[in-house]
Amino acid sequence: MKAEDTKRVLSIDLTKKDIHIVERRDLFDEYLGGSGVAIKLLEEECKPGTDPLHASNPIIFAVGPLTALYPSASKTVAMFKSPLTGNLGESHCGGRSAMAIKLAGYGAIVIKGSSDLPVYLAVQGDAVHFRDASSIWGVEAHTAGRILREVEKGAGIRTIIRIGRAGEKLVRYACAVCETYRHFGRLGLGAVMGSKKLKAIVISADKSIEIPEATRREYKKVYDELHDVVVKTDAMEKYHDLGTSGKIYDLNKIGGMAYKNLESASAPEEIARELSGENFAEKLLSRRVSCSHCPIGCVHLASLRELYEPGYYFKTTTIPYDNEPIWATGFMLGLRSAEDCLRLIDIIDKSGMDVMSTGVLLAWATEAFEKGLLTTEQTNGLALKWGDVQVYAEAIQKIVEMPTEFYQNLAKGVEHASRVYGGQDYALAFGGNEMPEYHTGLACYLNNLTGARHSHLDSAGYDLDQKLMGKEFSLEEVVSALVQEEEWRQILASLVVCFFARKVYTADRIVKALNAVGIENWTAERLEDLGRVIHRAKMDFKFREGFSLAKLRIPKRIFEVPTPHGFLKEAEMRKAIAIYGRMIGREVPVMEQR
Amino acid sequence: MVKKLAALDVNKCIGCMECMFACSRRVGRGGFDKSAIRVRSAGGIERGFVIIVCRACENPPCARVCPTGALRERTGGGVILDEEKCIGCVFCVQSCILGAIFWDNERNKPILCKYCGECEDYCVHNAIGLVDLNVGG
Repeated sequence: MKAEDTKRVLSIDLTKKDIHIVERRDLFDEYLGGSGVAIKLLEEECKPGTDPLHASNPIIFAVGPLTALYPSASKTVAMFKSPLTGNLGESHCGGRSAMAIKLAGYGAIVIKGSSDLPVYLAVQGDAVHFRDASSIWGVEAHTAGRILREVEKGAGIRTIIRIGRAGEKLVRYACAVCETYRHFGRLGLGAVMGSKKLKAIVISADKSIEIPEATRREYKKVYDELHDVVVKTDAMEKYHDLGTSGKIYDLNKIGGMAYKNLESASAPEEIARELSGENFAEKLLSRRVSCSHCPIGCVHLASLRELYEPGYYFKTTTIPYDNEPIWATGFMLGLRSAEDCLRLIDIIDKSGMDVMSTGVLLAWATEAFEKGLLTTEQTNGLALKWGDVQVYAEAIQKIVEMPTEFYQNLAKGVEHASRVYGGQDYALAFGGNEMPEYHTGLACYLNNLTGARHSHLDSAGYDLDQKLMGKEFSLEEVVSALVQEEEWRQILASLVVCFFARKVYTADRIVKALNAVGIENWTAERLEDLGRVIHRAKMDFKFREGFSLAKLRIPKRIFEVPTPHGFLKEAEMRKAIAIYGRMIGREVPVMEQR
Repeated sequence: MVKKLAALDVNKCIGCMECMFACSRRVGRGGFDKSAIRVRSAGGIERGFVIIVCRACENPPCARVCPTGALRERTGGGVILDEEKCIGCVFCVQSCILGAIFWDNERNKPILCKYCGECEDYCVHNAIGLVDLNVGG
């Protein structure tokens, strides 16, 4: 097929069990792909005020013009209305998802409606099969994947995106699991799939893209240049050696990482050593793997060998670990060993929940329990205690089972649970999304508050905080840098390249890469402009759905613990939010200081 | 010395598929449906990967079953395909128990490793590489 042939949108209606394939050159020519095309499709498909768990909430998967053509262009963007925040839902995932969608012949897939019985979808080129998933409904994410691997064809050249029981039970921060160890982690895609009775999607690659004869030589040249840069930048060393967990020890050392629900911003030295990327690698690392078409191999898998019953009954479990999951379990819940982290990550992964949200939620619950706000009556007998891995394991099971009203509330996220039970001052959610690990300064929280996804990857405020250490800066400078970064990331997310390769894909290289596959008329300026347009479109969606900069809740806790930049002040944070509002053309009404 | 491509250390393979993409890129394709090398998990990523490529066997069964002489033994080892003679009978694919002969559905011809080593250049983890034919593997 020609590259032009991938500017198609596959539309799947689960209610009618019907499909349509529509050419959308208009969208792909103007918005590239990924986030750019996805937000436009979301505007088209998601009416104002849509209930995120209603059949009318669409799920959009989108890849971009560089997918399957260049190294580290390995991610898929998922867009939907989030059942966790009630607002823009966007989550990115690698694995084999991106190349499979593109080489099946699509730029985007839109899933609408809701099935009457559990189904999974098998996409094989232009054919889409609706298959009965009753036999795997209620089955954990890993097992479901294992079963589908056997019954569907295309080993090695397909993606299997599925949900666990948490998604089926509509836990608002349920994730979708991809290739067993990768996730569309944040903002509840798993619950949206669950609400549609969609257990899984298997997409098989069956084509390749013909490079125009005229640009073949140039394509290979540009490819080699990009490949060379990918393997020679620090990304290779940074992400392949220790993986994303390589920065844990240092971040803890500078006091920039929430520990035990941000009781402090660093763990004791012996805990930090135990939970460091170095320790995981030396003790537990068993294999490093990569997403399709990415030479870096940042995915780190650990092997955990455990005696689970007397009489030499051992089991060895492979468990993925990354910076965020280690933090959300180990640091947030005060665990004392790397093995304990893996045990919890494994349980959370198999049930199909976002590990970051789960960790933050349980950390809040532990503190609330400690403070007497919650009792064993509510927790169904569980005495939540820092470091008690067994109790946490049981709590996670109960969030999925929801035996009592308390667990039904926990299943709706920490914003909701703290509204019901109190303890909002230390309920660490921003814009309704549970926070990431960083307590590095003003920028990381501005990122959490103003980022379109309330994800640390929106504008990388944590990175800016660290770059600003020891420097003088104005609020305007900080806000402006964050806005610029978030706008540019829209381009990376529309191509779609992995953010770990962001230094490789500069504007000039992107233009060259596009030209070499016959996509012309792009310039650095046009890319920059488009980044802004996409970012504003996402923000427009948010405001349309009730997002308000003035009403953002900021948990008091973040002002009570010093960051590497010292104590943060709420007045300053509110001022920065107002500056942000002005910069994106959304005036923030002056609110009284609380 | 006649060369062939070999899996040097499958434990170093991270499953990135760069080799597969490189092979199809030779013929101006983005993807891997023209590739003579495949990498897939050994039944779940936790078990590692399997690298499937022609090992240039001695007395190759694929050449023996070819009814038209399109596939013949290369001097020193391995096989060479003469596409003009190929009638697309798929016997060669069936005869290769390694599954290392792939099929080009568009052209109805087999896809075989040419031992050119293009893929090796993109395997930054040194899982595959060209080796002299008389050296094991």
